[in-house]
Amino acid sequence: MIIRFPSGRPEAPGDTTVEAAISERRGPMFQNHPVWGLIGLAVCLALLFLADIYLGSVRIGFGKVLETLLGRAPSDSIAAKIVLLFRLPKALTALLSGAALAVAGLQMQTIFRNPLAGPFVLGINSGASLGVAVIVLALGASTGAAFLESFGVGGQIGLALAAALGAAAVLLLVLSFSTRVRGVMTLLVLGLLFGYAVSAVVSILIQWSSADRIQAYVAWTFGSFGGVTLHQLPVFAPVLGVAIGASQLAAKQLDALLLGEQYAVSMGVRVRRVRVLIILLTALLAGTVTAFCGPIAFIGVAVPHLMRSLFSSSSHRLLLPSAALMGSIAALASDIISHVPGTDLILPLNAVTALIGAPVVIWVILGRNNLRETFGS
Amino acid sequence: MSAPTLTLSSLAAGYRGRDAGTEFVVGNIDARIEPGRLVCILGPNGSGKSTLLRTIAGFQAPLAGEILFEGRSIRELTVNERARFVSVVLTDRIDAGMLDGRELVSLGRYPYTSWMGGLSAEDLRVVDWALEAVGALELASRPVISLSDGERQKIMIARALAQQPRLVLLDEPTAFLDLPRKVEVMTLLGRLARETGCSVLLTTHELEIAQSLADRLWLIRPEVASRRSSLLAGSPEDLVLSGDFERIFSTAGVQFDRELGRFFFGRRPQRKVILRGSGLPRRWTEHALGRIGLQSMERDEPERARKETPVITVQNVQGGYLWTLTDAGTTQGFNSISDLIAALDDGGKLE
Repeated sequence: MIIRFPSGRPEAPGDTTVEAAISERRGPMFQNHPVWGLIGLAVCLALLFLADIYLGSVRIGFGKVLETLLGRAPSDSIAAKIVLLFRLPKALTALLSGAALAVAGLQMQTIFRNPLAGPFVLGINSGASLGVAVIVLALGASTGAAFLESFGVGGQIGLALAAALGAAAVLLLVLSFSTRVRGVMTLLVLGLLFGYAVSAVVSILIQWSSADRIQAYVAWTFGSFGGVTLHQLPVFAPVLGVAIGASQLAAKQLDALLLGEQYAVSMGVRVRRVRVLIILLTALLAGTVTAFCGPIAFIGVAVPHLMRSLFSSSSHRLLLPSAALMGSIAALASDIISHVPGTDLILPLNAVTALIGAPVVIWVILGRNNLRETFGS
Repeated sequence: MSAPTLTLSSLAAGYRGRDAGTEFVVGNIDARIEPGRLVCILGPNGSGKSTLLRTIAGFQAPLAGEILFEGRSIRELTVNERARFVSVVLTDRIDAGMLDGRELVSLGRYPYTSWMGGLSAEDLRVVDWALEAVGALELASRPVISLSDGERQKIMIARALAQQPRLVLLDEPTAFLDLPRKVEVMTLLGRLARETGCSVLLTTHELEIAQSLADRLWLIRPEVASRRSSLLAGSPEDLVLSGDFERIFSTAGVQFDRELGRFFFGRRPQRKVILRGSGLPRRWTEHALGRIGLQSMERDEPERARKETPVITVQNVQGGYLWTLTDAGTTQGFNSISDLIAALDDGGKLE
């Protein structure tokens, strides 16, 4: 065998057939023109964002919606109030939450090298659920109806705070372990076990709670983008915006982690530091969304797979922004469907994300055998 | 003369167990690797080959002593400097996701790229060079998942080269390959070492390939009782002549032949037979006899021995071979080695 140092190309004939076979196998999708794929996603996102504001139980003309959004319509009309106080915050919340969950899910799938990983794999949602369950189910009992009422009208702050505290507690637990354990798999198991423990505690709390409090808790677990008011957005939006932005900067490290932690170490990745940072970012993303919107399932697990298929790529420089865009699209679409356009019905958000999204993703994954390629099993 | 690529001084590598008796150490290592050399670490299973390699790679801290890269202690290097000096090829089966060959090799540029990870023209040039150096240019656009074990190993070696290291560490790079592929990979590594000046240190179980291709061998000698191993370094020939090679690897059922520089396994010869014949048929008859524990002799022994010793003759007849067995006055003919062996085994000739 002869080693040829830079000069000369491989023989042409063999090459072309290989190329042809590959392009046939991988499909054209957006593989060769990822930028167009990203632009396409961005256009979809913009359209769905407008649609989410336009569609609702009260019919408002599209022109009027646009005028209101552009600040040309009088802001004290009922239509303007509906658009500005209710629909715009809801659409912005969906947009940011979807992006946050998808990015968090992608990061966790790469860190854990596991296709089932998602934003909640560390037990963030369990912590949040526990916080909410304790406030709604347990404390509710002693502080009485007045406390519960504060959740009713729009005072979601109490719930958000409880969820955030619960998520933060889990985060601290996970972080303290993550610096100690060698293998990342231990964290995965810990998150799983913590989830079981929390559902046990919640079931005990439910056993001793009254029906209305159970209802309040269950409603929270359904998930909703409508809970974030215009006044809460200044907290919600910057936190998620910064965290999503910061995640985009981790592309190089995440790429290096594709080969596993040992290779990453050998290439000069400070694996423990990166792992802690990614966990922090994920917790911030998933924790904030869960605190304000409830535990929204599915988007975080499914969207990264969808993007790998669409772009036939494992490169995080492409996957991170595209997952953010697609997450927003999925969240907006789910929100539109859950408000069943033209009716007063509102379906549980989680039911919509799973019922509509699961078949789509199953179709994509089965059709392209994507999982085996990505995770080798 | 510049400093050696790698210097190990009084190095101890291993694991400190929590309880007494659980620790495991390869200790008192003094060895070095000059630029452009191929060095193979050999040793029985569990002797600490991989532990030593992992310690040099920086995956685990040395228990004692120093690791010097071109005279600089591993402790003084930043992780990035270390990554530019030493790269690895591990036994872990990698799940390369949807990466193709070129993308995977490009990951090796990590220590050189900017914080965004974009590849410069120089990076792309090095990636192409690495692919070409291992003869894997035609694998560049194929998904890594579709590659055979041998092809994947080439890509992983190219990735290690793309780090432009002074030293490449490989943990059992030939483990999953068939014999021609093993030789191909080892020959490739030897060439790379000589032509690029980058040293190669690898663990392997391929004693014979290592003997013929390595510049130096590091033999790890396990001492079961103390759970400590020590290291003997030298050229393959010196280690064979000194008998160290034999001492470390010969166990029941495996004998090392210093003359031929290779191992024999199978049953220890228990009885002698006289074998007459020449050339290829003789060679393989001898092979078969060795398999059932019979040692073949060339010449007739003295009168007394001849009476008791079976005589086997192999000769060409009409485009085939004929074996005759003369034993205790009776003579039988056979058309194949397996018939001959069956007759020898049947007659209880081995006991």
